[in-house]
Amino acid sequence: MEYQPPQFFKRGPAPLARLTFFGLLSVLLMVLDARFQYAEPLRHGLTLAIYPLQQVATAPVVAFNRVSDYFSSQTRLRRENAELRAQQLENARSLLVLESIANENVQLRKLLDARQPLPSPAVFAEIVYAGRDPFSRKVIIDRGSQHGIEAGQPVVDGEGVLGQVTRVLPLLAEVTLVTDKNHSIPVQVLRNGLRGVAYGSGDGNTLELRFIPTNAEIQTGDVLVTSGLDGIYPRGLPVATVTSVERDTSASFAKIRLAPAAGTNKRRQVLVVQYRENLPTRAEAETKFRAAESKETKRPARTEGRQ
Amino acid sequence: MRGNQGPQRILRPANPFFIVFTLLGALAFNLLPWPDLRLVPDLLALTLTFWCIHQPRRVGVGVAWVLGLAMDAANGALIGQHALAYALLAFGAHVIHRRVLWFPVWPQAVHVFALLLLSQLVMLAVGLIAGGTFPGWLVLVGIGLSAVLWPFITDLLLAPQRAPDDIDETRPI
Repeated sequence: MEYQPPQFFKRGPAPLARLTFFGLLSVLLMVLDARFQYAEPLRHGLTLAIYPLQQVATAPVVAFNRVSDYFSSQTRLRRENAELRAQQLENARSLLVLESIANENVQLRKLLDARQPLPSPAVFAEIVYAGRDPFSRKVIIDRGSQHGIEAGQPVVDGEGVLGQVTRVLPLLAEVTLVTDKNHSIPVQVLRNGLRGVAYGSGDGNTLELRFIPTNAEIQTGDVLVTSGLDGIYPRGLPVATVTSVERDTSASFAKIRLAPAAGTNKRRQVLVVQYRENLPTRAEAETKFRAAESKETKRPARTEGRQ
Repeated sequence: MRGNQGPQRILRPANPFFIVFTLLGALAFNLLPWPDLRLVPDLLALTLTFWCIHQPRRVGVGVAWVLGLAMDAANGALIGQHALAYALLAFGAHVIHRRVLWFPVWPQAVHVFALLLLSQLVMLAVGLIAGGTFPGWLVLVGIGLSAVLWPFITDLLLAPQRAPDDIDETRPI
């Protein structure tokens, strides 16, 4: 019993045992990450650990971009300058109109005694890299919790809503694009105010407007803007345009395809809007609503009299 | 390289620092901001397979698992997805490591292709179960490219272990 063969080659546990151990550990981590979000501290630690390596890896690309910016030809710069001048003139005109409309809007809101929408500050950020995980549509931006980014904040570019911050690390943040399969955004047709929810379709470049009846008044070319009902996105940001509407009478809902307004695959500079609307939570709203309802049922005469 | 082209050569022992350096280098390659990750060969998986086959006592399932976690964190993917796939890859490499080196390099590449395909299918299954989008069959292109790179990776990573041809004219035999 006490005799053991001498260990010439110390090999540790058998590979199959190791595989079983590490395999079970990964499954455990995946379940913790997907179902309970308990793996976040581990993710933060790992991300910080590989941050230097990531910087080293992205450095040549950043340097190449800088150098190519530096050597961009004069003709291109002149052309771009002329284009920008024209655009600026155009914008100045609309800005003037907008200013008068904004003033008018303030006056009208005062008259109506409505809340003033608060101007929301925005943080400028650049996309470090995009689309690493082939299973989802996400980008990583170079601003994180150190710069005041919080999960849930909307991200926009020059043309419209790009997505939403879904995960914040100290120096980086992950933005889920509107085209991601698991992303949905409440929208409104600009032309007639029809409300709906746009979902990422999962093929990477389009969105879908689901649960809109076949007889709804919507057509190709309609612009969809955020409706602001969720309290996450500010109102009136362009989200997408309708590219096709299929009305199949055998189905109860129309099949509506959208193209995102923002350059989800081409922009590098984005703005993270630090928009915060202090909407009551759903539970609070419901209790208030119930309280108001019970008051009304108790004293119907008074409420009628007040009206 | 063992195998049936020419005489077998005795290799020098591998430098552990070189192993670490190449693994970190491959990880850095994978962290480059690629526009489409599916078409890019997974150099880390390839380097890992190489060391699991050539140095099975130094690099194994544990190392592969840790590197997989790093990839998961960098990709913003589900934590454990790459880790599981890489652990399986390392195990598969360990299973075939005695046999595969008796083949010439291109048949070795076929073996490696099978291993990479297996690990990629596991990753695909996990991603789809977790509710991800199907990334398309383009992922096979990346694996194919990885397998094609195998002979070159072998030459590159074995270079420091090859002794220079030092022909001794006065050798008695």
